Amino acid sequence: MTRRSAKGESALARRLLIGVGLVFLAMFLVLPLVVVFAQAFSKGWSAFAAAIVEPDALAAIRLTLLVAAISVPLNCVFGVVASWAITKFDFPGKSLLISLIDLPFSVSPVVSGLIFVLLFGAQGWFGPWLIEHDVRIIFAVPGIVLATVFVTFPFVARELIPLMTEQGRDDEEAAVSLGASGWQVFRRVTLPNIRWGLLYGVLLCNARAMGEFGAVSVVSGHIRGLTNTMPLHVEILYNEYDFVGAFAVASLLASLALVTLVLKSILEWRFGHHQARSAH
Amino acid sequence: MIPGFGLTFGITLVWLGLIVLIPLTTIFLRAAGLGWDGFVAVGLSPRALAAYRLSFGAAAAAAGINAVFGLLIAWILARYDFPGKRLVDAVVDLPFALPTAVAGIALVSLYADNGWIGSLLAPMGIKVAYTPLGVVVALVFIGLPFIVRTVQPVLADLGADVEEAAATLGATRWQTFNRVIFPAIAPALLTGFALAFARGVGEYGSVIFISGNMPYRTEIAPLLIATQLEQFDYPGATAIACVMLVASFSMLLVVNLLQAWRAKRGTR
Repeated sequence: MTRRSAKGESALARRLLIGVGLVFLAMFLVLPLVVVFAQAFSKGWSAFAAAIVEPDALAAIRLTLLVAAISVPLNCVFGVVASWAITKFDFPGKSLLISLIDLPFSVSPVVSGLIFVLLFGAQGWFGPWLIEHDVRIIFAVPGIVLATVFVTFPFVARELIPLMTEQGRDDEEAAVSLGASGWQVFRRVTLPNIRWGLLYGVLLCNARAMGEFGAVSVVSGHIRGLTNTMPLHVEILYNEYDFVGAFAVASLLASLALVTLVLKSILEWRFGHHQARSAH
Repeated sequence: MIPGFGLTFGITLVWLGLIVLIPLTTIFLRAAGLGWDGFVAVGLSPRALAAYRLSFGAAAAAAGINAVFGLLIAWILARYDFPGKRLVDAVVDLPFALPTAVAGIALVSLYADNGWIGSLLAPMGIKVAYTPLGVVVALVFIGLPFIVRTVQPVLADLGADVEEAAATLGATRWQTFNRVIFPAIAPALLTGFALAFARGVGEYGSVIFISGNMPYRTEIAPLLIATQLEQFDYPGATAIACVMLVASFSMLLVVNLLQAWRAKRGTR
């Protein structure tokens, strides 16, 4: 923006401000990212590869992919359904409903895990019944999925609600008056309108689902090869002083974060002002 | 009339109830089951109070640091052109995308006494890893994008006319910032502060590696919950979680009030 050069800061002040800002970002954001890869490859490529193909690491990678493959589609469908109900109809208590959907964002990850332990753990409300019927939820995969669904609950809905509010209802109303059924309206009219916003929400939802640590840590029980996701595997290796192994698995997660950021930036540059909304 | 209200509204309520509302309610019901004395004994024990002090204090300090540097970064992104600006803009979101456990081990290896930054600070007698300062550093990492992404759009939308008017009337650049720009962005800055603070209070993964987790000294409240769960101390974990939930819901209320205030100011 050159328009304010006459009233703006001097060139020196600009350079100083840019310099301070970049140094701060480099120190606090870029260096942590760099150190992950530096540590992962500190003992060479073969040590890195050995840590990745180790059976427990592969099991952790498989479990992380499985958990994301279940929880992301669930929350994707929920996000679309909830946004449809909220933006295409008028009803009392709408803003309360939106706040309730956002609720998981303001709950500490550890508390998000705890609530499912209190429900389904051995000491929990349904604990005795579950034990009697030999159903394991806590310290097993279903608990990890539940906790992940909880923490990623708002992502898709909060991307779609502002977008669909902006787009209004005219297109859908026109389609209905031409005789389209509800499903046809959604498939042919709404979905094409919201697909990029939906993709954006799914992207963020997936990043969080694969990277979630606190909530999953509480419900998983940390059973190696069985209930360890990638972030939990990183923790275990780190606590065992296997730093190369910990950072090798961590570097896979960091790469996922980088891919997410690149795709997110592409979506933002191509499809405009998403940034203001992505803040939380 | 668009069809599908009953179906979509029904699914929304059922799914929201099953996944979010019923599970969250259990915390309050279980905490109520402890009775008042039992609740105070574990939820407000000296160890728990020390953990709250650290969690809230470090979150406030980190949000304060981020308010200053986040505003600066939002400013240069909204107002200046420089090479690599798009890249810098994308990097700001890194803490949203990087899993917290990865951030945690990266930060501790940077700030440990033999780390890249820690080895520079150690001769000066500054210890970051395994001290409360380490908790603040981790929360600065986690909280930065909340401030930048709340303030940046407001700065970008701020009309040039008021600044030009101030300059025409003889205001210095600093006076213009202080009296014209800052009051206009203050509500957004405050909202960003509240969001970063709320996130910091509950943060777990990025903190527990660098904090060292010594009870009474570097043990954050979410870690105390996890520790008590590992020892099967469910009443203790529930009581502390209940305190944390009340705190985060209060913060949520504050954020919503701030946003309502901003919306009202915006329409004026």
